[in-house]
Amino acid sequence: MSSLDTAVRIDKRSEPTKPKAGRRTWRLTGDSLFHAAARFAAFLAVAVLFATVVAITFDSWPSIKTFGVWGFLKSSQWDPVTNAFGAFPFIIGTLVSSAIAMVLAVPISFGTALFVAEIAPSWIKRPIAGAVELLAAIPSIVYGLWGLIVFAPAFAQVEPWISDTFGAIPGVGLLFQGPPMGIGMLSAGIILAIMILPYISSVMRDVFMAVPWSLRESAYAMGCTTWEVAWHIMLPYTRTAVIGGVFLGLGRALGETMAVTFVIGNSNVLSASLLMPGATIPSVLANEFTEATSKLYLSSLIYLGLILIGVTLAVRLLAVLLLRRLASREGAST
Amino acid sequence: MNWVIVRRRLVDVVSKVLMGLTTVVGVFFLLWIMWTTLRFGIAGMHWDLFTKDTPPPGADGFGLRNAFVGSLMLLGLSLLIGVPVGLMAGTWLAEYGFRGRTANTVRFINDIMLSAPSIEIGLFAYAIVVGPMGHFSALAGSLALAILMIPIIVRTTDEMLSLVSNDVREAAIALGAPNSVVVTRVTWRAARAGIITGVLIGLARITGETAPLLFTALNNQYFTTNIFSPMANLPMVIFQFALSPYTNWQQMAWAASFITVLFVLVLSILARSLAGRVHVQK
Repeated sequence: MSSLDTAVRIDKRSEPTKPKAGRRTWRLTGDSLFHAAARFAAFLAVAVLFATVVAITFDSWPSIKTFGVWGFLKSSQWDPVTNAFGAFPFIIGTLVSSAIAMVLAVPISFGTALFVAEIAPSWIKRPIAGAVELLAAIPSIVYGLWGLIVFAPAFAQVEPWISDTFGAIPGVGLLFQGPPMGIGMLSAGIILAIMILPYISSVMRDVFMAVPWSLRESAYAMGCTTWEVAWHIMLPYTRTAVIGGVFLGLGRALGETMAVTFVIGNSNVLSASLLMPGATIPSVLANEFTEATSKLYLSSLIYLGLILIGVTLAVRLLAVLLLRRLASREGAST
Repeated sequence: MNWVIVRRRLVDVVSKVLMGLTTVVGVFFLLWIMWTTLRFGIAGMHWDLFTKDTPPPGADGFGLRNAFVGSLMLLGLSLLIGVPVGLMAGTWLAEYGFRGRTANTVRFINDIMLSAPSIEIGLFAYAIVVGPMGHFSALAGSLALAILMIPIIVRTTDEMLSLVSNDVREAAIALGAPNSVVVTRVTWRAARAGIITGVLIGLARITGETAPLLFTALNNQYFTTNIFSPMANLPMVIFQFALSPYTNWQQMAWAASFITVLFVLVLSILARSLAGRVHVQK
């Protein structure tokens, strides 16, 4: 009886604090829920990368089983009627169009970045940097449309000159022969170069501007010219990040779909000339995916996608690693 | 001796001229593309574009109402999926993960996702949504677009929250606020302009994306708001109509490009002006 009494009394005494305690635990639960949600979101953002690889491997499994790895990579056949599929022409097409793009875009980006970082008067710096960045904002489908309707006919006027000038050179000449159609491997490479230019040049510009003023000014004080400062001081200092930026552009070029699909001509037969139509992995995916009738056809297309993922993943990994190295060195020096 | 100086001067002058020329090349192509889009786009403008649906092949007339509505719905749905995930993941990085090894690994993988080719993400959405469901759908398209914008939001959110001074956080904690309240009521608000900038940049990035929609939302001749069916959208209209033999379809492709470019430019300019305010706030 008395024990019950005390129990009741204790209960009563603690009553006023009870709702407070309840609210506090609720708030703490809400807190840990928020934490858990944030952690889960971070997990999701990361998991997508692995899920992509797994899901696409799974979907391409029928084709992997049928053709194997080497057999698929080196076969040039692409025939939906006989169900014979091989990736070789598309791999070469992807690599060649991206290589053309890099050869054109890297020097142009380098020049643009140096112009903005070193020699442009300040009133013109921002408009030019902004204009080059706007190139990155234009959707790739618009590049494709422009490339097909405007650029290709204009380029067809230049092509006879190209094949006359370079086509006669023994050896290399083979690359520049063919009818002037305006579309083809070279056109695709040029459009790709315009598209990746802003990515490479903005990375270069940012890292050039991050070169410590003391370094540049001591070089100028020694009597160096602008070019010597750029080539012997700024470029060595920023080398890893510059290469990272180049690889970033390469990753873009390899995976670009719409712009290439419009102008490359979409021929599944490999030809030696750069003026002839070709195809890349993304372009054949865009063209044939909705038309793929058999299961093996579809999974072979997805298999092509898997190869593309393998290549671009390696390139992007390298790009991010290189870009981070400069950042961490900068952090250490300050 | 003198010859060396002449050579160095010469190299310097030539390199400067080349730098100027390369810049001109970039700006030239920008202006050329913009001019083309403007010229053909204005020529293709027609009031019917906004009030009628796309005409069947071969028929006269204009109409993109279904594509406008479809594009807006796709973008809206992507925002619904992408913003919560991106915002929360960025918040975890800045407020819980800090500079730890796990957080840095997440940042690293996020940076890799940042430049993922859109066609690969399209294949992924195809594999996990279209395949199991058995048909193309707007939902799959939105998922692909959301995955493309998430890394951008994660990164800007992380960076913008890291800019918020720790004094502000400590002041809130000293008042007895639990972590979640500190984040939602204090640091999110302080970084608001920056976070919205990230969302706008992400939106601009996915607005013109076509490759992922090819495998997911596809296109639709008719008006629909059903997210489980294929849906019309501007990028696919450009892709399919540009290569068609009908002149009215080609004109619509240009009109669609013009409006897409205009939308992306407005988003970019908005993002830019907001980003300018971030520094003022700091």
